[in-house]
Amino acid sequence: MDETFYRENILDHARHMRNKGLLSPCDFDHEEHNPLCGDHLHLTMRIDDNGIIREVGWDGSGCAISQASASMLGEELIGMSLEQARKLDKQFVLDLIGIPLTINRVKCATLSLKTLLVGLVSSEHWENIEDE
Amino acid sequence: MAFDAATIRQDFPILQQMRSATVPLTYLDNAASSQKPQSVIDTLNTYYRTQNANVHRGIHWLSEMATELYEGARVKLQKFVNAKTRREIIFTRGTTEAINLVAQTWGRANLKAGDVVLSTVMEHHANIVSWQIAAEQYGFTLHYVPLLYDGTLDQATYARLLREENVKLVALTHGSNTLGTINPVADMTQLAHAHGALVLVDAAQTAPHFKLDVQALDCDFLAFSGHKMLGPTGIGVLYGKRELLEAMPPFLGGGDMIATVTLEGSTWNQLPYKFEAGTPAIAQAIGLGAAVDYLNALDLPAANAHEHALFVELYERLSEIAGVRVLGAAPERGALAAFTMEGAHAHDIAQVLDQHGVAVRAGHHCTMPLHQHLGIAASVRASLYFYNTAADVDRFIQAVYAARKTLVS
Ligand SMILES: Cc1ncc(COP(=O)(O)O)c(C=O)c1O
Repeated sequence: MDETFYRENILDHARHMRNKGLLSPCDFDHEEHNPLCGDHLHLTMRIDDNGIIREVGWDGSGCAISQASASMLGEELIGMSLEQARKLDKQFVLDLIGIPLTINRVKCATLSLKTLLVGLVSSEHWENIEDE
Repeated sequence: MAFDAATIRQDFPILQQMRSATVPLTYLDNAASSQKPQSVIDTLNTYYRTQNANVHRGIHWLSEMATELYEGARVKLQKFVNAKTRREIIFTRGTTEAINLVAQTWGRANLKAGDVVLSTVMEHHANIVSWQIAAEQYGFTLHYVPLLYDGTLDQATYARLLREENVKLVALTHGSNTLGTINPVADMTQLAHAHGALVLVDAAQTAPHFKLDVQALDCDFLAFSGHKMLGPTGIGVLYGKRELLEAMPPFLGGGDMIATVTLEGSTWNQLPYKFEAGTPAIAQAIGLGAAVDYLNALDLPAANAHEHALFVELYERLSEIAGVRVLGAAPERGALAAFTMEGAHAHDIAQVLDQHGVAVRAGHHCTMPLHQHLGIAASVRASLYFYNTAADVDRFIQAVYAARKTLVS
């Protein structure tokens, strides 16, 4: 593994996390864990009457990859419709992270997406996405 | 293309051995455990020499590699039995643990006084005792489907029991390890489902020989052991329909099976990890994956035809021997023959056979109720696999004649 693993972009997000802090009140509120390492993510969102995500607030603890992916995903979600959000796949966050990840690290990178999709759709939907 | 067992045998180092300087080794105890091809042995060796680490945890080179290999093996097993998703493949220690898992967890959540589980008289102890233990815990009743004279299940009684009793689950072997009988599990499953009962299939004796398709069988659970199908010991599979597995409570508690743990309580990990507490049998699972690769590369129908032809010859020549009674006469059966010999005990026969280099099983083969039903204490069992040859059958038959000469005066 070379030093370029921690791409500047990831470190930037990990150091300066966007939208950190929970929203209250909110329209979406869901928490998930990564059972492999105990990483935790709590995601809240405010959604307008047209089903557009207007605000994102999250909290959690974990490695740089999981925190950066939450930060990056949060930014992408703002302005997105729920309908679009429901259709997101694993590749979407992997592209945001932008570096090849090994099997155990993919779990870290996708914890934020898992929190979104389990909360928005179902855990079975997420498992299917995970298995793609 | 003709199946060439002599060439295939070259893949199995253990079969190259002699029993002694002048006596070759004739391995006919395949129903108890199969031998392992070089590719499986190499896979285990390579794993321990170059890939070994714990799975699912470490963020390091070896752990990532071990995890990839372990999960890769799961996908091979999924494809091997045609499960819909890899999440339906739970690694267990073997058939026994797989059945106990269902009896303990599905049983705990679903069975109570007034319910009935149907097993059969021909089951291996694994598919009887697990249910007896659970019956004591959860208060349900255990009934057994009886046998007809030819060693097939009494289908009329099976249908009547399903009609008249409150049957919740049928625990049924696909192939008998003693009678050789192959049960019509697809039809029996359909009938069980029509009466609202689930079906658990013990495929320990069929997974090594046939291409199983859990979706075609439509069974709810299916269990088998790696060591009987060219793989290592200590690894086996429980297949379960996803929605059933999702609804079941966990089996063992510990690492890997949790989502979160607090001192007040815990939540469970996703499938299949919910049922894989603790460090799993990593090398063994990967070795089983290599065994599946080997079976996939084999021309299985040709291997079966070869096995069956050997079986027919063995069965006919064995039946001709005076005083020998071969158990079971089902029209559809696997390549094994258990027998008794008038005036000789099974253990003594096996002992003489061993002196002739012939490895067989002697005893009740973990089917005591079946032996009781047949009115015998023990039997000798010869069981074939694709690497056996006509020479093996010859040596076996000669050894049985020798045993008769020594033991029956
Ligand atoms: C039909 C049948 N069921 C269950 C088992 C138990 O398998 P294991 O001992 O590998 O758990 C065996 C083999 O011993 C068997 O032949």
